[in-house]
Amino acid sequence: MSSKQFKNPVANWVEKRLPVISPIHHTLFEHPFPRNLNFMWNFGSLAGLCLVIMIVTGIVLAMQYTPNTADAFGSVERIMRDVNSGWLLRYLHMNVASFFFIVVYIHMFRGLYYGSYKAPRELLWIIGVVILLLMMATGFLGYTLPWGQMSFWGATVITNLFSAIPGVGDAIVTWLWGGFSVDNPTLNRFFVLHFLLPFVILGVVILHILALHTSVSNNPLGIEIKGPQDTISFHPYFTIKDMLGVCVFLLLLCAFVFFMPNDMGHPDNYIPADPLVTPAHIVPEWYFLPFYAVLRSIPDKLMGVIAMFAAIGVLFILPWLDRSPVRSARFRPMFRVMFWAFLVICYILGTVGAQAPDNVYVFVVPYLFSFEVSSWMTVLTVGQITTALYFLFFLSLPILPLFEKTKPLPASISEAVLSKSEK
Amino acid sequence: MSKMNKTFKLVTAAFAAMVVSTSAAFAAGDLVKAPKQDWSFNGPFGVFDRASQQRGFQIFQEVCASCHSLEYIAFRNLTDIGFSADEAKAVAAEYQVPSEPNDEGEIVDRAAKPSDFWPSPYANAKEAAATNNGKAPPDLSLMAKARVGGADYIYGLLTGYEDHEGTPENLHYNKYFPGYYIAMAAPLSDGAVDYVDGTPNTVEQMAKDVSHFLMWAAEPKLEDRKSLGVRVMLFLLVLTFITFLAYRRVSKKVKGH
Repeated sequence: MSSKQFKNPVANWVEKRLPVISPIHHTLFEHPFPRNLNFMWNFGSLAGLCLVIMIVTGIVLAMQYTPNTADAFGSVERIMRDVNSGWLLRYLHMNVASFFFIVVYIHMFRGLYYGSYKAPRELLWIIGVVILLLMMATGFLGYTLPWGQMSFWGATVITNLFSAIPGVGDAIVTWLWGGFSVDNPTLNRFFVLHFLLPFVILGVVILHILALHTSVSNNPLGIEIKGPQDTISFHPYFTIKDMLGVCVFLLLLCAFVFFMPNDMGHPDNYIPADPLVTPAHIVPEWYFLPFYAVLRSIPDKLMGVIAMFAAIGVLFILPWLDRSPVRSARFRPMFRVMFWAFLVICYILGTVGAQAPDNVYVFVVPYLFSFEVSSWMTVLTVGQITTALYFLFFLSLPILPLFEKTKPLPASISEAVLSKSEK
Repeated sequence: MSKMNKTFKLVTAAFAAMVVSTSAAFAAGDLVKAPKQDWSFNGPFGVFDRASQQRGFQIFQEVCASCHSLEYIAFRNLTDIGFSADEAKAVAAEYQVPSEPNDEGEIVDRAAKPSDFWPSPYANAKEAAATNNGKAPPDLSLMAKARVGGADYIYGLLTGYEDHEGTPENLHYNKYFPGYYIAMAAPLSDGAVDYVDGTPNTVEQMAKDVSHFLMWAAEPKLEDRKSLGVRVMLFLLVLTFITFLAYRRVSKKVKGH
């Protein structure tokens, strides 16, 4: 059926019987990639690498782990002490989980900066947000499995959020727990779901890639491809660029895995779960902290939960909130300033989420410095201001084009690229 | 050039967000942080000091073990800190553990074997609490990872006892303990144990040795991890350099890439 001919006879033999060679060939050599993609476009493939590492290490860890409240903590310690290279598998799994979120957050901020969510890429963006939500669920479920103090109390706090739903809230929480408290049935189902969801993510990732190949990659200029002079093939140009990205990524990852493997975790999770002792300060994993800060900024429990979900939910309608026809922030002077302000707001929200609400707010850049901004600014105050600013960013997008004078767009990618390199 | 600059800014800003979790340590602002000590296991080339570990083991055996368990350490693990298999066997034989049921179904005490885990000084947590003013002494296997500051915290705690007015009865003032009042009385005093290697048996020295031992108990694979890490990093640095050269060569072929 396929008329495609390859030099390799084995490839031809397979292709005639199963058409799997031609899509790979098409992606590598024929599919048009904008020639001006910068290093910010490395994070998609890095996220894919993270998913693969998580699934592989996760499956091997699951062979040694025991999802039972009496044995879970001990089985993790057995992995750390007695299983061959078990410490390496677990530290990889722990730290790649964090790096997965770092990579995906950068990937999303890149999409925000260059307007990658705009037509015709709305579904591509929305599928991406679905992946983020699935990742958050998977990360939360996985953090419960070692059955340390933060596992147990984190699970208790997060599942309790559903009790805010009027009328049926308590019934839902009991149903989620499989009992009247976070206990063995909870741990069992969390393990099953933690094992299942990564494969759901894999499926949605395939849809994400399918949508990407249909609408073709956006690029730093945010203008459409006009012809073959604007594009290059994936191989060798992006294979080597992605390889370089992978190398730098692995350097950073390995620095954590081998030299500071517990820095992104919480010491309390090395204390076995004890339902009778509440930790002084329950904090979720770092990647939930900005959303945790939004939750705590609102005094009413139900409204807080709604605000927290809205903080992610608003991303679903982002393609329609942003009315500007220009994609890239390079040509949007006001949006560009707002983008950087938004990034800082998200960071501050993260630091707020890590601190006790009644304390005086401390601005922290880990490993570098920390200082009190002002003695009257409590964590709660800063959280409320930044929560308001977080939503204000999205709410101002529809009216922004009324005030913003965008810069002229170049005629084509190749023209912009060539005129720049001549200078 | 400004493109590169922007990329760099975005990467660094987003990267900074990832390490925000360590702010949990800063969050507990009311706690005095135990000062950092110069441990031999610090840094990428860090290794344990066998002599210090063994002295720390002696402190654990003679002082800590009367109240604290060491659940995740088996006698066989002592070969990690420089004891021979026979020595580990001899240490195990000093302890009694419940036997497997015999042919009559009775469980009697027997001498511990190298494969046995450290027996707890108490039958259960209730007994541990009852004999210690209502607060069970925590297991020490993971203490060096379960507290902010790790080994520095343990050293600080063991040397941080002070007389303080208004200390509640049965509690003790310790400047590094969260909340300051700790149920454990100062466990070390000068001369509490006799070191066979002639090391001065001051509180500071003993605190240092037992912290060293407990760091190993919490992270027995630390040396394997760091030595493998150094090799992995060297490999990756070379690989990154070669990949960079290949990337530069390829990207020269097309403008704007």
